[in-house]
Amino acid sequence: MAGDAELIEEQKEIHSFKLDLINKRRQSGSLITLLQSAQDSYGYIPEKVIYYISELVAIPAAEIYGVITFYSQFRLKPMGENIIKICEGTACYVNGAKTVLSVLQDELGISVGETTDDGLFTLQSVACLGCCSLAPVIMINNDTHGNLVTEKIRAILKEYKVLHKAGSSN
Amino acid sequence: MKKISVGLGTCGFSAGGGQVFNAIKELIDNNNIDAEVKETGCNGMCYKETLVEIKDEQDTYLYAKVSVDKAGKIVNEHVLNDRPIHDWIIKSKDISTEDSFLKKQTRIVLRNCGIIDPNSIDEYMARDGYSAIQTTLNHHSPVEVIDIISRSGLRGRGGGGFLTGLKWKLAHEPKSDKKYIICNADEGDPGAFMDRSVLEGDPHSVIEGMMIAAYAIGADEGFIYARAEYPLAIKRLRVALRQCVERGFLGNNIFGSKFNFTLSIKEGAGAFVCGEETALMASVEGKRGVPRLRPPFPAQSGLWGKPTSINNVETFANVPWIMINGADAFASYGTENSKGTKVFALAGKIKKSGLVEVPMGMTINEIVFDIGGGIKGNGIFKGVQMGGPSGGCIPASMGDLRIDYNEINKTGAIMGSGGLIVLDDSTCMVDIAKFFLNFTQLESCGKCTFCRIGTKRMLEILERLTEGKGKLTDLVLLEDLAGKIKQGSLCGLGQTAPNPVLTTLKYFRHEYEEHLHQKRCPAHQCPSLITFSIIPENCKGCCLCLKACAVGAITGSKKEVHIIDEKKCIKCGKCFDACRLNAVQKN
Repeated sequence: MAGDAELIEEQKEIHSFKLDLINKRRQSGSLITLLQSAQDSYGYIPEKVIYYISELVAIPAAEIYGVITFYSQFRLKPMGENIIKICEGTACYVNGAKTVLSVLQDELGISVGETTDDGLFTLQSVACLGCCSLAPVIMINNDTHGNLVTEKIRAILKEYKVLHKAGSSN
Repeated sequence: MKKISVGLGTCGFSAGGGQVFNAIKELIDNNNIDAEVKETGCNGMCYKETLVEIKDEQDTYLYAKVSVDKAGKIVNEHVLNDRPIHDWIIKSKDISTEDSFLKKQTRIVLRNCGIIDPNSIDEYMARDGYSAIQTTLNHHSPVEVIDIISRSGLRGRGGGGFLTGLKWKLAHEPKSDKKYIICNADEGDPGAFMDRSVLEGDPHSVIEGMMIAAYAIGADEGFIYARAEYPLAIKRLRVALRQCVERGFLGNNIFGSKFNFTLSIKEGAGAFVCGEETALMASVEGKRGVPRLRPPFPAQSGLWGKPTSINNVETFANVPWIMINGADAFASYGTENSKGTKVFALAGKIKKSGLVEVPMGMTINEIVFDIGGGIKGNGIFKGVQMGGPSGGCIPASMGDLRIDYNEINKTGAIMGSGGLIVLDDSTCMVDIAKFFLNFTQLESCGKCTFCRIGTKRMLEILERLTEGKGKLTDLVLLEDLAGKIKQGSLCGLGQTAPNPVLTTLKYFRHEYEEHLHQKRCPAHQCPSLITFSIIPENCKGCCLCLKACAVGAITGSKKEVHIIDEKKCIKCGKCFDACRLNAVQKN
């Protein structure tokens, strides 16, 4: 049955993930490393994983939760299909990052840190993407888009929406 | 055989360098052309990305702003038929369009960046790499190493400017079964990318610097604490570390000596405060990155309670050069109390943004105008922001100020890690202070009350001011809070958080006063204090502004003058940016 196969698949996945964690556990002070590999595997840190790790490193789940919420890298919720990172570095700021942000918020109808209802986009802000000569800049997944103006942003978003439609109709 | 190298730092990739590299590689491979293609780090000319260098027996040619199309033509013309395309070349024996950018620079830290392939340990070794550690192990005692570094006058490049030799001496002295050396690569200042470029362009120089430091203080284990947002730097560091282990440069009995050293990477998880050394150590230990009281200093009780020395990426990259060329050679650069060079990430309203390395003692004007080519567009130079959220704004009238730890400190700014953001007359100084305070307020770890709540209160005041709702007592209150936050905070983050506000209050007080009394933003940046209107003579009715407006505040038919309804306008400025005829004006 399909359901069983999926279940077995999931168990396998959890098993290999746990092995990976045990290997990394050998280093002391590895809690952050463990959380990072959890996020690499799942795209975010599911609640159940907090309990696995808690058992593994003998640190209370509450304390682990404290570490997760301290660092901006960790997420407790799944992400959208496309992740838009808006650069809020100083160079981008003085070159109009505020306008870029407001255009993105208007177009997507979400604020920073949120995901659109259709699960297509997650909007994040980052301190500096390091391509200050292209300011203002956003990064969608792994592609950087620079020298942004309103029209260009709209065109870029449209491209991703079209891509998504093409992908889902196939 | 021709050697082709493509500049692939993060900046190069962002500018499309990855596609250029693949296109060239494909052409070379598919056509069996006798040429070698490799990647290099950033050579600093971010404003000319993507950069491609072609080297043959006679000359080295540097191509700027290379696209995939251009790359195809370059391979066809230059590589295959020996016909260099002179119009696209910015540097060769006969051509040098970028002299002004390069001439005034001195490259110690960036000596290999943009020149060697960062993935090749052999290329690093061909340029004296790992000879400094060999000489050190064979000819110098740890005390001698500390003496050489002390005499060179090298100071910590992460921002604090503490003497590196002294820091090592303090970590060398305690007797302990275990000591650690840590490289602080948690470069978090918005607008700063020096450390990233060094790690991406020349990771081995940092590793070698750490080895020398470990030998000097007696450590046998080290960590590189790198920002997780720097995936390429981490990738190249991993390659470099693996190569070192394979060659026996890391491990036991390095170069036949009794020196043992292992080195690993710890990825940060996104917390600005982890750049502070006690917070950084807590993070390496896997905890929340909260700073603690000093003393005890890390040199006495650091990572897991053991003596530890923490130095910055740029500091380490200087070390091999000093060991090879001597303390005097290093000290011959710079001023009386600031020796050597400093790398700056030059960005903002400047023509040539990029990475520059200048001898200490150079003036701000020289960096902005001679190297950076002056202000972008039609703006007027207003000042520079140095040191990021811990630093401050230095006005254009002080452009003759020399790059020197003490002189910069006197202005209220700090040298910082090297972010140098150029500001012009379209930058509102109250707004820029708000930007930095917003940053520190978000990044405050929350341990100290003044930092946690004080910065929040200061931010609220700045928000009031930029909305035209300031109170008469606000400027005094800002200064009062600033002083208390400086006194009442445990770590550098809180102690320096008010600096952007204090320096702008000191040098640009009139802008605060205009916001407060006249409810006016002289730079036309604060949305609440400006209105938008259309100049009928300039408007051709192209509808661009109408399309850009998200709230439907603009009306008008095609080829007719448009009108902005002030009541509906949310002052986002999108129409202003959209208009190509300068018909939209800010008042």
